[in-house]
This record gives sequence, structure tokens and C-alpha cells, in this order.
Amino acid sequence: MGMTIAEKIIAAAAGVSEVKPGDIHTVELDRLMSNDGTTHLTIDMYNKLKNPHIADVDKLVWIVDHNVPCDSVKTAASHKKMRDFAKKNGIKFYEGEGVCHQVMMEKHVTSGELIFGADSHTCAYGAVGAFGTGVGCTDYLYAMVTGHSWLLVPETLRFNLTGKLQEGVYARDLILTIIGKIGANGANYMAMEFGGEGLHTLNMSDRISICNLCVEAGAKTALMEVDDIALDYLKEHGREPKHVFKSDDDANYAKVYDIDLSTIKPIVAKPHFVDSVVDAKECVGTHIDEAFLGSCNNGRIEDLRAGAQIIKGKKVNPMVRFLVVPASADVYRQALDEGIIDTFMEAGAIVMNPNCSVCWGSCQGVIGENEVLISTGTRNFKGRAGHKDSFVYLASAATVTASAIKGEIATADMV
Amino acid sequence: MDKFSGKIWVLGDDIDTDIIIPTEYLALKTVDDMKPYAFSPLRPELAGQISEGDIIVAGKNFGCGSSREQAPEIIKALGIKCVIAKSFARIFFRNSFNNGLLLIENEDLHDVVSEGDNITVHVNNYIEHQEKKYPIAELPQNLVDIVNAGGLVKAMRKLNGLD
Repeated sequence: MGMTIAEKIIAAAAGVSEVKPGDIHTVELDRLMSNDGTTHLTIDMYNKLKNPHIADVDKLVWIVDHNVPCDSVKTAASHKKMRDFAKKNGIKFYEGEGVCHQVMMEKHVTSGELIFGADSHTCAYGAVGAFGTGVGCTDYLYAMVTGHSWLLVPETLRFNLTGKLQEGVYARDLILTIIGKIGANGANYMAMEFGGEGLHTLNMSDRISICNLCVEAGAKTALMEVDDIALDYLKEHGREPKHVFKSDDDANYAKVYDIDLSTIKPIVAKPHFVDSVVDAKECVGTHIDEAFLGSCNNGRIEDLRAGAQIIKGKKVNPMVRFLVVPASADVYRQALDEGIIDTFMEAGAIVMNPNCSVCWGSCQGVIGENEVLISTGTRNFKGRAGHKDSFVYLASAATVTASAIKGEIATADMV
Repeated sequence: MDKFSGKIWVLGDDIDTDIIIPTEYLALKTVDDMKPYAFSPLRPELAGQISEGDIIVAGKNFGCGSSREQAPEIIKALGIKCVIAKSFARIFFRNSFNNGLLLIENEDLHDVVSEGDNITVHVNNYIEHQEKKYPIAELPQNLVDIVNAGGLVKAMRKLNGLD
């Protein structure tokens, strides 16, 4: 029986020739990413072990991105714990370089790897054909100490993409449409695999955005077929693929979806769930207090360009705070070079340093009682961006920027 | 852990990790400091009402969202003996067993129970509610061992003769 990409990566990591859904295998991990959301807890547990050690320190990457710069004395203590431990043990450490998944994509991840990240959006790494999956800090600790872990081989949902997204429609609209279709647990425990002719029309930024959000459908991982666009991306970033796996023609899928990209429209996910999606036009006119363009989902140069093109020569509505947060220092520098930062600042946006920002709801730009945020962030759960009685709408960079100009939800063709 | 009874609290579908513990309280020093705020966006009074040995019965996709391990830790710290749901999100599923919190999947129970009811869980066998039995799947022995030890780290210490 043929295998899917997810099955092939697990088989390679387990050192066996074949695996099938439902099997449990002990796997060797290629990389272990952790951020300041929970690393302090991992360190506390590590210090309670007898004769603790790290199996292979070269596999570890630690990134401070959730509260940057530090927002309180308590956070300062947990950052210090992480920084000191990383230094003492020679762990690769980034602080202020960007949101962890963007930094990982720019500097570390390669095709065919199996990666644990102590963060749910680790599935983003599928954009280059790596099996990334989110774990808690205990699973992380176990992998850090032993170098391996156990995995249940997931079933795979296949998404065959055809056609091309229309002008003014973005990857964010596509993945929100898919999540709306299959539901917030439609891929629970499963892998989501993307391929087909339509994939070649999507750039790397689109692909990261799509894979990143698959956890919002419950997916264990997301994987895209590796084509020349992905290989060129790796080459530009100075990396070689570990393996390039392709699904076999007779691979077994739990379900196959055919999606014509040209049928996708601008979408908004309404509070309080990522699968509460509607045509963006249905939300037009909804009052907003804040707009956020950033995050590991949509803070790349392509997103900033899309926003800048819309806002150039216009102004942010005076009743709205418009936060623009590049996903990494590299993105920030590129945006500076292209004059994009100037464009946003002239329009009255608040441009901030690379970090998770209001997407994680404890650091910058938190919203108050009854306030409404439109965001390119990852989630719109109740209370996610601040007060428990506040509201988050999710949309593309273009829709978020148009809304910031209008002071209410608007699509790019309206400004 | 073969059999236990408890009073139930009933929650709906898609109880996410930001409901279980909102981000703003994650900076608190200990899980005990955080636990009064468990479920606060949805039911602010709930954490104060839960007693040792109570059971949560919920709908589908319990624990979806973030990988924050404080979520199952807090549920355990509140004294919840186990969570029974139609389904669980996968990261939360692993995190719960790793922290010694028992999870049980059952499709039917949620639709028939009322908050405050008593149920009896016969682990690896069935759940009893008002004299009716609801079958449940058998857990792999390694997961039972982890829950009995109080979590993965404790189980490893025990296995390696450190405790």
C-alpha cells in the first residue's frame, strides 16, 4: 500500500519501511523549537530530573517572541530563566528576531524533517514539506532529554488545489474557507496534505499562512508537496532538503477534497470561532476599535505589501488603532527598504517590533471590554485578545487594512 | 483507579484553552494562583464551585487551541477527577495524560446528563448514569501507568527508580 507524505516522514523517523494510520511509533526528532510561552515550565521540570541532560543540543532552538520586549517583572523573570539556561547549555537562542515560526522558516526548517514545537502553530513548517507538530512542555522535555518521542500515525486528508486565486483574494481567505467547510475539529488528530496544479500558483508566504492555520481545524500537521518554489526558498535561505517526499499514487486518504482556487472569495471569521466563517461582504459595516496586521500567519513582507498598497496616500480612521507588526526582523528590514514602513506611518499606523503582539493577547494592543478587533492573527476565541467580553474578527491583510481606513469592516475594493 | 463516582459539571462544544485559562493569567507564578480563573471567560464562578473528585462532561473538541500545558494542569489542580467529552483536541489530549489528568471519550453521555448529576466511571469499561451504562474504550496500559503515577515526569522517575 502506498503512503502519504506524513506517513513517509514518520516511517523515516522511526527507521521502518512502512507505517499505517493508527500505528504508534517511536520517532527520532530532527528539531525541537520552544518559545517563552512555556519554556520556563520545561526548565522547572528539567531541573527536577536526576542527572538531567540534553540528548542533542544542536537540535534545540529557543525563541523569545510572545512578550517582546518584556511587559512585566514576572515575565522578565521567566525570560531570564530561559536566557540563562540557553546560554549555559549552548542552545540556539533568539530574542526580538521575530515570531518563532517565521524565524524557524527563515533560518532552520527543511523538507522531510520531523519537528516538535512547544506551540500549536508548529504545523506551519509543512510549507516546505516538514512534519511540524505542536506539543506541550512535558512532551517537549521528554524529547529534549531522550531525543525521541512517540507518535500515532495520523490519517491524512488530501486537498487537491486547481486554478488560481483571483486578484484581491488571499491565502488567508482560502484556509478560512477550508476550516469553515471541515469545521474546527474537522481534521482532529489528522494530517492535512495539499497538492495539485493550483499549489504552484501559491508563493511561500501563502503556503506558510495555509499550513500555519491548519491546527485551527484540529490538524496534527499540515504538509505541502515540495515543488521548485519550495526548493528555491530553501536554496535562497542556504539550506538543502533532508528528504523530498511525494505521496504515492495509491496512498490512502481519509477523504479527498477538490478545491478550485478561483472560486474563493474574501472571508471573515466571526467571534468566537475560527470556523464561524462568512463572506466578508456580510460583515461590512461592523464597527471596529482596533486593527492588527501581523503574526506568524500574516506578518510577512507579502502581507505588508498588500496592506501598504491599499493604505498608501490614505489615513487610518481616527477612531481606530492600527497595529502593524512585521513577523520577523528580516521582514521589518525588507519593509523599511521598500518604503512600506513609511507608508504605514504616514497613514497613522502604529508600527511595532516583531513579536506575537495582540494575537496572543497579553502583551501589546490588548483590547478592552466590548471592544472589537479585526485581525490577521491566528485565533478569535472569546477573550483571546484581551477582555473576556471583547470580539475578534479574522481576515486577510487586505481586509484588515481596508477596515482600519474605514473604521468598520470593509473589503479592499471599498477604499 | 478502577472505579470512582463524582458530581458532574456540564460544558458545551469547543471549550478552548483560552477559556480554560486566559492568557492574562499565565504570568501568575503557580498553577494554584491561576486556578481561580479557570473557565472565567465562560463561567467566572465555576472554579470556586468545583470540589475535589468532581467530573467535567463536555461536548466535542474539548481543549482546542494553544499547546499551553497550564490548561490540563489547572483542571487537575481544581480537583477534577476526569474529563469526559465527545472528543478532545490532540495537543490537549497528550498534555492531559502527561500531567496525570484522565480523559475519556464518549459520544452519548453529554446529551443525556444534567449538571449536578452523579455518575460512576468504571475505568476501561463503562460509565454509569441513572442505572444506564455507556461503554468506553480501553486505554493503553502505558497511559494508565502515566495517569496513576500523576504524569509523565513522575512515571519516568518511578520507572527509573528515582522515587
